[in-house]
Amino acid sequence: MLYVDNLINSFGDFRAVNGANLTVEEGEIVAVIGPNGAGKTTLFNLITGHLKPDSGRISFKGEEIGGLPPYTICRKGIARSFQLLNIFQRMTVFENVQVAVLSQHNRSMNIFRPARNMMIEETNHILESVGLLDKADEISGSLSHGDQKILEIAIALGNEPDFLILDEPTAGMSPEETNATMRLVKRLTSEQGLTLLFCEHDIDIVFSAADRIMVMQLGETIVEGTPQEVRENEQVQKAYIGGESCLK
Amino acid sequence: MFKGMIHKNTAFFLAALFVVFLFLPKIIPSYYVYFIASVLVMALLAMSLNLVVGFGGLFQFHHGVFYGVGAYAIALLVKKTPIPEWICFILSPFVAALAGLIIGLICIRLSKLYFAMIQISLGSLLWALAFRWYGFTGGDDGIHGIPMPSMISGVNNSYYFILIVFVVCIVALFMILKSPFGSTLQAARDNEQRCEAIGVFVKRHQLFAIVIASFFAGIAGVLFVVLERSVFPDLLFWTLSLEILIMCLLGGWFTFAGPIIGAAIMLSLRTFIGIQTEYWTLILAVILALLIFFLPEGVWGYFQEKLKHRKEAVTERGQ
Repeated sequence: MLYVDNLINSFGDFRAVNGANLTVEEGEIVAVIGPNGAGKTTLFNLITGHLKPDSGRISFKGEEIGGLPPYTICRKGIARSFQLLNIFQRMTVFENVQVAVLSQHNRSMNIFRPARNMMIEETNHILESVGLLDKADEISGSLSHGDQKILEIAIALGNEPDFLILDEPTAGMSPEETNATMRLVKRLTSEQGLTLLFCEHDIDIVFSAADRIMVMQLGETIVEGTPQEVRENEQVQKAYIGGESCLK
Repeated sequence: MFKGMIHKNTAFFLAALFVVFLFLPKIIPSYYVYFIASVLVMALLAMSLNLVVGFGGLFQFHHGVFYGVGAYAIALLVKKTPIPEWICFILSPFVAALAGLIIGLICIRLSKLYFAMIQISLGSLLWALAFRWYGFTGGDDGIHGIPMPSMISGVNNSYYFILIVFVVCIVALFMILKSPFGSTLQAARDNEQRCEAIGVFVKRHQLFAIVIASFFAGIAGVLFVVLERSVFPDLLFWTLSLEILIMCLLGGWFTFAGPIIGAAIMLSLRTFIGIQTEYWTLILAVILALLIFFLPEGVWGYFQEKLKHRKEAVTERGQ
């Protein structure tokens, strides 16, 4: 479904992504791991069009998407959440998701109808599926950190994606929240038949949730494979996880 | 159409206010009628600006240009073409919108302060045209004695015309802000990156907002001509743009009605304190400085917050 080949992107002299390779098949859950600064977020920004690649290919459903603007890529069925909170702070929870739903249904340019009566069912359905329906009328900026992270995912779902990218969906969450969020994400992916690409610091989560894992270091893909293969890879053990003991 | 959009009491209050305004010319001297009419014109201009500045988050620093273009358009169309007057009235705001489209197309490529700077330069270009092109625009003399249909000439008649157009425009602006377009515009203001990630072509959206705002600024320009029956290059000068920006700030950027309050405060200061002392801008400056420290959300923003707290307190007690 998504195919990334030898992707390179630099900021000035620094190559943030330096030869990344990734294949994601339909219906898979794929995780990207790597130490801080390995280029995970940059890779995601390249896929969703927030950055333009210097060279290399990104194809989605057989179509070349590298270098397209974010709103076009979103229209092709890729939605994402962000690592740092990226919601519409002044709007209510309901409006946050509604804006995405309106955009998805090409209603964003309509100036003749009151928005409050539009797409109510669709929006409430999404809020219900992530468990934020009872907070629909709260101003999103006043939600707890955990709820704001969930709202991030809800906004992404507003675009009815086939392919969902989550950039550290559980960053800054307590262990309980983290588990609940991962359960939610797994449920959503199976219910809606989503393909999921995510990155995460918590190794346990990655190894338990992902079908396949791609490991990055210094902008480069060092290995891509099933959790078992990654676990057994010597290079990974040396470079990233730093010893055999933590990978039983 | 408005179901649930405004509170019943608010709607009632506004209707009462409208009736009061309708009867004002019967009660107050015509100088004050003229004054209120000019406040309404400025208020409409400031509100059109607030659509892009407050709700769109764009650095629209030379909005006065579109007001001037609207005013000059009607003046030139009425004076120099055989087109029937009422068609000129409809055409002029579209001329302003076209100016908005052209200037917007160039500015929108840049962001923040660069956007503001290129807009000020392009606007000043139009100002120079109006200021220097004696043969066409009358140069710095401007154009005077623009004939208006008798139905809307005279202070009272023009007041009624301005009041009605003002109300219609305010309702239209309100609807636009509450439409999907309006909420997406505010979303883009809050978070441009996220907005692009949900499939919104943000630049196009913002350009459309500039065109709409220019259209309403053009209407304000037409109303100015209805009231004053003359145009002069000052209408396009950047100090006016700064003034309306201050009106938005005074009243409250993030509120709908704020710019009306801002325009009323500003014009009152100029008119009533301006009579006493030519240093009225000094008082304005002090008020602005105090405001920025104590009411950063503007006058109307402050009261809106207060009202909300009171309402919450009442409902809590009710429970």
